[in-house]
Amino acid sequence: MSAHAATDAAAGSRVQAKVPPGPIEQKWGRHKFDLKLVNPANRRRHTILFVGTGLAGAAGAASLGELGFNVKCFTYNDSARRAHSIAAQGGINAAKNYRNDGDSVWRLFYDTVKGGDFRSREANVYRLAELSVRIIDQCVAQGVPFAREYGGLLDTRSFGGAQLSRTFYARGQTGQQLLLGAYQALQRQVAAGTVSVETHTEMLDLIVLDGRARGVVTRDLRTGQIESHLGDVVVLCTGGYGNVFYLSTNAKNCNATAIWRAHKRGAFFGNPCYTQIHPTCIPVSGEYQSKLTLMSESLRNDGRVWVPKRKGDTRSPNEIPEDERDYYLERKYPSFGNLAPRDIASRAAKEVCDEGRGVGSTGLGVYLDFRDSIQRLGQQVIGERYGNLFEMYERITGENGYKVPMRIFPAVHYVMGGLWVGYDLESTIPGLFVGGEANFSDHGANRLGASALMQGLADGYFILPATVPDYLARTKLDKLPSDHPEVRRVESEVRDRIARLLAVKGKRTVDSFHRELGVLMWNYCGMARNEAGLTAALEKIPALREEFWRNVLVVDGSDTVNQSLEKAGRVADFLELAELICIDALHRRESCGGHFREESQTEDHEAKRDDQNFCYAGAWEHTGDLGNPALHREPLVFENIALSERSYK
Amino acid sequence: MNITLKVWRQRNAQDPGHFETYQATNVSHEMSFLEMLDVVNEGLILGGKDPIVFEHDCREGICGSCGFVINGRPHGPWPGTTVCQLHMRAFKDGDHLILEPWRAAAFPIVKDLMVDRSAFDRIIQAGGYLDAPTGAAQDANAILVPKERAELAFEAAACIGCGACVAACPNAAAMLFTSAKISHLGLLPQGQPRRSHRALGMVAQMDAEGFGGCTNHGECEGACPKQIRMHFIARMNRDLVTASLWRPKLEGALHTLAEI
Repeated sequence: MSAHAATDAAAGSRVQAKVPPGPIEQKWGRHKFDLKLVNPANRRRHTILFVGTGLAGAAGAASLGELGFNVKCFTYNDSARRAHSIAAQGGINAAKNYRNDGDSVWRLFYDTVKGGDFRSREANVYRLAELSVRIIDQCVAQGVPFAREYGGLLDTRSFGGAQLSRTFYARGQTGQQLLLGAYQALQRQVAAGTVSVETHTEMLDLIVLDGRARGVVTRDLRTGQIESHLGDVVVLCTGGYGNVFYLSTNAKNCNATAIWRAHKRGAFFGNPCYTQIHPTCIPVSGEYQSKLTLMSESLRNDGRVWVPKRKGDTRSPNEIPEDERDYYLERKYPSFGNLAPRDIASRAAKEVCDEGRGVGSTGLGVYLDFRDSIQRLGQQVIGERYGNLFEMYERITGENGYKVPMRIFPAVHYVMGGLWVGYDLESTIPGLFVGGEANFSDHGANRLGASALMQGLADGYFILPATVPDYLARTKLDKLPSDHPEVRRVESEVRDRIARLLAVKGKRTVDSFHRELGVLMWNYCGMARNEAGLTAALEKIPALREEFWRNVLVVDGSDTVNQSLEKAGRVADFLELAELICIDALHRRESCGGHFREESQTEDHEAKRDDQNFCYAGAWEHTGDLGNPALHREPLVFENIALSERSYK
Repeated sequence: MNITLKVWRQRNAQDPGHFETYQATNVSHEMSFLEMLDVVNEGLILGGKDPIVFEHDCREGICGSCGFVINGRPHGPWPGTTVCQLHMRAFKDGDHLILEPWRAAAFPIVKDLMVDRSAFDRIIQAGGYLDAPTGAAQDANAILVPKERAELAFEAAACIGCGACVAACPNAAAMLFTSAKISHLGLLPQGQPRRSHRALGMVAQMDAEGFGGCTNHGECEGACPKQIRMHFIARMNRDLVTASLWRPKLEGALHTLAEI
């Protein structure tokens, strides 16, 4: 083992998931009865701080505002409506069984546990499947314009990792419509006076007092003002950290700062190495590239994925005859075909490209071909289903996807890792709750398509509004004066850090460091990982971080809009988080879901789990030494679904 | 290719502002417009100058953060496209481009190409939602919405709140934005209760924010990156007129009946 060997924390684990007892179907219902309530008259005396206004944050804040709590929200965007949940395209799963195709809560539960490669907590996944049904009801009541059949009933479609049709959608803009529903519910509470939303306000640190989360320190991105906000409980719904790879499908401002600051204040980080590489993105075109664009997985319903059988075949795709094409997903996974789950489809694409059969000028691409479905259904039907995606593809690449096959390649899309939380979504810091992609979530080692929206809204509409009041009812909190020495201390640490970033006055821009970090992470901790690569990354990352603090050039001025300074703080945190991701990836000497260790694969190159040694969630504690975090293990017990090899063949 | 950029620079709302000229060199056709600006900004930073401030986030044309005027056209020359999705294929070597922020009294300039669009949030707060408290919903399929009606509601709901309609309008009206939300909700069966309240409240707020009135130029429709159409404004006006003439009396009468 390297110098970065995982240090095991002492026995008497501090990661107690607090899963309620009883049969899995009854856990949540009984637990809700056990959760304590706050009297309606007392609710407005409690202040709840929400950071982030995406699906989980907006839904949670609106719901707790409706209950009568005093809620304060913070977003770095200029409006709560802009959070990156808005970019989710394909749809949202729900076990409604409106199609009579054999769906049930139990089957969604099973698909999600299997899809996550048996690295998630059964009780959480069951609850998610159970609540999925009510989410659709809630969204329709809010006026979300889901796709409909002619008779007026809701339409559904299929998604990866499932053999039935349970995905509800609003063209290719499902995330937008769901987020606007939650945003409107939030604005309704703003009008009612229960919720306030501070826009252009970024959380830069967490205030912990007597072991409990009591507030956040923020920076106003317009004026640079540093301010503390105190409350009774803090809820982080700040999304994922995929931008640690620089190029990802995340929005440009997505960052890890809120959860990373909380981690350094005591919140354990769960499974940081579980990252999802999405198979259907538009390939990279040049060095200046600022982000990658996802093409919804729903395209795989009607598009067929292939590469030429012959290496270095440079003919245009339409000239390659049928028998010289390799529809490799259909060949390798006949029962799921083009709808194989994301981690598997991505690795299969990498494999054919590594063999030299990739397409496009870089050789890093595969075809997604609609020829057959256009012949079968007509261009009009395909246009109705995916028109906006074809338009987007053409705007970016200049090619018409109806006429020539689209070129796609995997890209970083989502992180299953995040702050570790128990069943109640409470982190290891009492009073700090975490929802949506920011927590280490219910998706295990791989998330199935159309499940992120489901999880964000389950957390926001139904789980946090039950568990946060319970914390408030159980906990006696003293009123905290805003000039408390601890509050002042955290504020001054935030100011010092900004001053340090501005003082470096080096020679390299923030973006140039971010790009270098991204390349490093993609090469050593991307779709395939191995001991030598991860060990190398763990030498390079601290060196890059050291250079950053010595040589970064941040534009002057902390009292006005300074996007260079905003980015600098975020990249400084990514440079620390990247090291933890690699430490986690190195320690987990098995393959599971999105985490593929080359040392651990089956004969036909599928991920090979090691349940004997790694059937646990890894929760990392910050020890003050970035290179030596302490590992806590939460054992994963499968009582309802037997641990088995995950096969889509 | 090489492009000359004339960019509006303004330190804050009080600063009178001015144009500055920059050269974008070796621009690739494959680049997005914002990637071209990223490269210009990297050069400015390395030269010790203030980079150009513009808002952006998803760069997929859906979050609505980005937007400025290029040669007089909000979001630039491509129809139905936000500036983040605009690619340099749209231009040729030697082009001169003038970049300006949205200009409207209700959108004060924050810095350079970034404006304050919080007025849009306040219009939504004035009624742009349904009263659907969490947990109170019935089964989703209990509400039937004919496909055509759902599609029309979706077309209105596609608005990303970017503000291009306001920037394009000679009166700086926000009627396309406001009418899109009023129409989205008013077209659905769930949106019928309080339909009049919604129209009255949102239009009053729109006026209070200092947006102008519609005089049927149709510039908003041409500039909208989601191609939302003007007939929604007619729909809003119909709701407003109906509400102003009849609904208060009607609702008043119903209340009285209920009390009896």
